[in-house]
Amino acid sequence: MSNKDYTRREFIRKFSVTALAGLSLPVLSSCSKEEVEDFLQKHFREMTEEEKKQVIAKLEQRYFEQYGRKFQISTQEALPETLWGYGLELSRCIGCRKCVYACANENNTSRYTRQLHWIRVLRLKRGNLINLEDSEHYYAPETVPEKGFVYLPVQCQQCQNPPCVKVCPIHATWQEPDGIVAVDYNWCIGCRYCIAACPYKGRVFNWAEPNIPKDQVNPNVHYLGNRPRMKCAVEKCTFCIQRVRQGRYPACVEACPTGSRKFGNLLDPKSEIRYIIERKRVFRLREELNTESKFYYFFES
Amino acid sequence: MESLQGLSRETWHFYKKTLILVSRGSRIYYAWCFSLLAIIIVGFIFYWKQHEMGLIETNMTDQVSWGLYIANFTYLVGMAAAAVLLVIPSYIYQFKPIKEIVVLGELFAASCMVMAILFVMVDLGRLDRVWHMLPFIGSMNFPASLLAWDVLALNGYLFLNLFIPIYLLVKSYYGKKPNWKFILPFILLSIPWAVGIHTVTAFLYNGLAARPFWNASILAPRFLASAFCSGPAIIIIIFQIIRRVSAIKIEDGALFKVAELIAYAMFLNLFLLGAEIFKEYYSGTVHMASFKYLFEGLHHHNELVPWIWAAMTMNVTAFILFLVPSTRKRLSTLNLGCLLVIVGVWIEKGPGFVIPGFVPDPLGEIHEYVPNLVELMVSFGIWALGLLIFTLLMKVAIPIETGEFTHTDYERGVITKKSLDYTASLYKIKK
Repeated sequence: MSNKDYTRREFIRKFSVTALAGLSLPVLSSCSKEEVEDFLQKHFREMTEEEKKQVIAKLEQRYFEQYGRKFQISTQEALPETLWGYGLELSRCIGCRKCVYACANENNTSRYTRQLHWIRVLRLKRGNLINLEDSEHYYAPETVPEKGFVYLPVQCQQCQNPPCVKVCPIHATWQEPDGIVAVDYNWCIGCRYCIAACPYKGRVFNWAEPNIPKDQVNPNVHYLGNRPRMKCAVEKCTFCIQRVRQGRYPACVEACPTGSRKFGNLLDPKSEIRYIIERKRVFRLREELNTESKFYYFFES
Repeated sequence: MESLQGLSRETWHFYKKTLILVSRGSRIYYAWCFSLLAIIIVGFIFYWKQHEMGLIETNMTDQVSWGLYIANFTYLVGMAAAAVLLVIPSYIYQFKPIKEIVVLGELFAASCMVMAILFVMVDLGRLDRVWHMLPFIGSMNFPASLLAWDVLALNGYLFLNLFIPIYLLVKSYYGKKPNWKFILPFILLSIPWAVGIHTVTAFLYNGLAARPFWNASILAPRFLASAFCSGPAIIIIIFQIIRRVSAIKIEDGALFKVAELIAYAMFLNLFLLGAEIFKEYYSGTVHMASFKYLFEGLHHHNELVPWIWAAMTMNVTAFILFLVPSTRKRLSTLNLGCLLVIVGVWIEKGPGFVIPGFVPDPLGEIHEYVPNLVELMVSFGIWALGLLIFTLLMKVAIPIETGEFTHTDYERGVITKKSLDYTASLYKIKK
């Protein structure tokens, strides 16, 4: 009896060792050269120009295969003497969410299971602006604006003192010289600490492999901005880094039918954003948290 | 240098012998290990699905972006930190009954640490990029990010809690006296380190100004107080199991002493919670929303309410049981108290701590979170793995402590299959 027991144990032991070795073999051999390259890809800011070129070429090839479109992936650096700032006139916003969808189209955010948006428009009862607990995020009336309500669009406020950058354990997110808080989607490990740290809900997560219909994809992208992302990486508004570094307005500014959205260089005394800060009544969301956001809400004079 | 080499050679030989030891045991031992293994495999299958499809397989969202995994992680860090409770009195004050069991306590802490680290791993979206976190190889954001601190603190604590007991056990196995000059600094270091891991974990939440529920300076003390309740409570239970299934002697006196310490810790825990509740409710600012969600429900969302009140009832009952000497010193009521503490503290500082931090979210949205099957199964898998690791560690540590498993026996060839069967039969008789 005990002898039989012994051999059975022996068998189980030998079997499990063989099984383990057998299981690990296909995993090792199935790794192509490309997968190994992906695995070992460096942090964007530590790449040489040559390495950046290689990565861009690889990505362009991959996007072509996936979307059937020729992508232009820019790595354009920040313009000198620039610090981007944003203005939003609350007295004009009608809550139409044109900005929300213009942003999604421009920035290649995932469209379904989970639909991601970088801009959120909150509907607040008149008489209150600060306590957001009674805000409605999913209002859906026939027409806007509705009587008795005001609208508060919120997106990444591009803090000069960003809590998300401070908490990221691996420098996957940082502030560019022009003040934009960028993410290296290929470096993010998906711990979501930045989501917990952001007081504006400015960050969203690719809970699944993101999806964009082929005919809706925007092929003009920036590496740190709107290039298609991958599952389980975090993403956020970049003030349309791919546009603003080429002298264009962010998509949301262009899309707004009421002209509530303003954009410009805070370091340029003649810019529109400086005009607004100096002459209108501006405030910043959650100023008490000392995030030094560069997103100014204002009212007509 | 030479002694270090000798130490590693001794440890390697010891390691080979332990492999033989853990692969043999009674039927109950096999049944226990294989059922744990089955749970681990099921958990792994569910995890693999999550790994392939992404975290969409869980019920976490952009609103509640951390869930059951991080709740378990927080709780287990506390469990591991509690080993310090056994280290302080035994090594510093030479308190006799506790000293025998401190090695087991430290191995328990190590098992908890493995589980805590695994809970963080399964919560990561990109496990393939985990090397980005490694110091020197990746790009660790140290000292700015508290998560980077936590990686160092947790792994350091895991190392200490494996190194110290293994050193002591190896020495004991070879029948040698440990070199106290060598090991004592590590033991002394492990005491502040235990406080450190839990403080760093508390600061991880504490430092987030965006989350008023966590942004309270009372958080770290509360964490420590609750850890010193749940950790020792589970240790009391484990020690009773150990003394039942093995020849190791653990006196009742040691258990009662630990229970007394739990009573003080629970008083502190309840007091600190009371202080926080007073501040929130008396000042009554908008920051009260998360507390309201937890304790009474917010805008008809009240999923956590029954849980937290159950936890409060358990904690208060256990406090009374441990405070009154007659119930503390009776094993039945002592064990009841321990169970109440283990579950009560898990609710309070697992889900009851993590989820309200996200409800309402910074823009006032209320999104309720319930873990789904994937999260439950993966969690069970990790708990089973922790238990299995602890079982195997005990399988080696206990015979050494009792002197059944020593080097000399092997040298003389006394331990053969026959003598092993004999030892096994001894265990059975004792039961």
